[in-house]
Amino acid sequence: MSHQHLEALDVAAIREEFPILQREFDGQQVVYLDNAATTQTPDPVVDAISDYYRRYNANVHRGIHHLSQEASIAYEEAHDRVAEFINADGREEIVFTKNTTEAENLVAYSWGLNELGPEDEIVLTEMEHHASLVTWQQIGKRTGADVKYIRVQEDGRLDAEHARELITDDTAMLSAVHVSNTLGTVNPVSELVDIAHEHDALAFIDGAQAVPTRPVDVEDIGADFYAFSGHKMCGPTGIGVLYGKEHLLAEMEPYLYGGDMIKKVTFEDAKWNDLPWKFEAGTPLIAQGIALAAAIDYVEEIGMDRIRAHEEALAEYAYERLAEFDDIEIYGPEPGPDRGGLVAFNLDDVHAHDLASIMNDYAVAIRAGDHCTQPLHDKLGVAASARASFYIYNTREEIDKLVTALDDARQLFA
Amino acid sequence: MGLGSDMYRQQILDHYKNPRNYGELEDPTFTHVGENPMCGDEIRMDVKLDDDEETIERVAFSGDGCAISQASASMLSGELHGKTVDELLEMDRDDIIDMLGVDISPMRVKCAVLAEKVAQDGAEIYQGELDVEKTTTED
Repeated sequence: MSHQHLEALDVAAIREEFPILQREFDGQQVVYLDNAATTQTPDPVVDAISDYYRRYNANVHRGIHHLSQEASIAYEEAHDRVAEFINADGREEIVFTKNTTEAENLVAYSWGLNELGPEDEIVLTEMEHHASLVTWQQIGKRTGADVKYIRVQEDGRLDAEHARELITDDTAMLSAVHVSNTLGTVNPVSELVDIAHEHDALAFIDGAQAVPTRPVDVEDIGADFYAFSGHKMCGPTGIGVLYGKEHLLAEMEPYLYGGDMIKKVTFEDAKWNDLPWKFEAGTPLIAQGIALAAAIDYVEEIGMDRIRAHEEALAEYAYERLAEFDDIEIYGPEPGPDRGGLVAFNLDDVHAHDLASIMNDYAVAIRAGDHCTQPLHDKLGVAASARASFYIYNTREEIDKLVTALDDARQLFA
Repeated sequence: MGLGSDMYRQQILDHYKNPRNYGELEDPTFTHVGENPMCGDEIRMDVKLDDDEETIERVAFSGDGCAISQASASMLSGELHGKTVDELLEMDRDDIIDMLGVDISPMRVKCAVLAEKVAQDGAEIYQGELDVEKTTTED
């Protein structure tokens, strides 16, 4: 796949909207390469939060007054904006959660605990984030359902044949990550969803690393559930999205009970509210939801196709620079259309945390650890890895600084 | 912490690359193991007491992990020589950070104190005041 026809991002102009990128530590400008953990927040999104609190802060759905009306409309329309962004049918299919993890738990508790039993199987991948892995593992223990893992091959891709073996008529749920936060692999999710559907299983796709970095169309993918987080795509922390097919969400029990999720309450019983509010108990994430819509405006204005091309180009450059060294082991597929904008690696037997400490001396911010994929790291045979991950404001020069800092680490530990 | 930025880094790197008292003792008075799950650091501390059953005669450590955890174990193994068990038990995290001589960022403090915690838990188990199989920095 070539993105040559796409106009490159105006990174200099983009950087101006992220004042945090000007920060210096010991006289060195920060090089922020930890975007898979969280991205920075541009001025227009900070302004949206500030505007809400300065001009129309009020609780939603229960006020007669002007402020509450304005807040309610903005909050509800944020759901419409998300639906449009990922091509869902409408706000009924968009539940706001605090993050991807909560979206995963919502389905696991609401659907999983009620529908699964010892005769059922849950299929995951070996590259799942703990958000999905731990959640379904526990639901498996509580319901007696077996949990199986689609193998990750040497090249960092899923073993498609193994997927077809594992997903059978006994499979009730397939939960798979769209883009691996450790390997960078872009999984063929629509094919996986098709296999699940051939066996009447439901499919949940974790899009935490996908939605920020590429166009995502839930109708094309066909998944029953799809989740992502706002803070990895220029939005604030504390807001995530669960997309679910309307007929499924309609049948599911609420995950949290309380105010706002009900239509009518008596001393004996309660009747649930319409979608999506049935799943948004209590005062919701109002400012965060509205700011997420602003973040979507921001990234769409840049263009999701162009963001993907930028990510792929930086990943390719970083991969090539790191691959120059024999003592660096890079995890995941080689650069290409099925590799996202992050590179996890290890330098010889230098512990990743030591590497991150040395990078920090150069004000280069990378992640070191297990990236919430401990079982995958066990499989790779390492306790931890270092990870550089890129976003719209990163440059090749910043990757060069990473490589320079790695040189220093190499000399220190030689 | 700044491995690359300050004058003390050489000392840590030296202990990491050339660990002192590395290995296992033949006849330790007590021995204990521990881990820092965040880093995957693992440390075993062997302690041999003098005939007075109070003074630390020899310490050896073995294990695997990041530079901070391993250098800290190496330095502590020398530091403990001649100290009493009570003195070991009185040590706290500041003593370790002073010993390392660098600022340790909050995220790395667990790496730094692992060896100390393992030695202290080992001593308490020996005294019959504690019952754990393995020390972990997450408790």
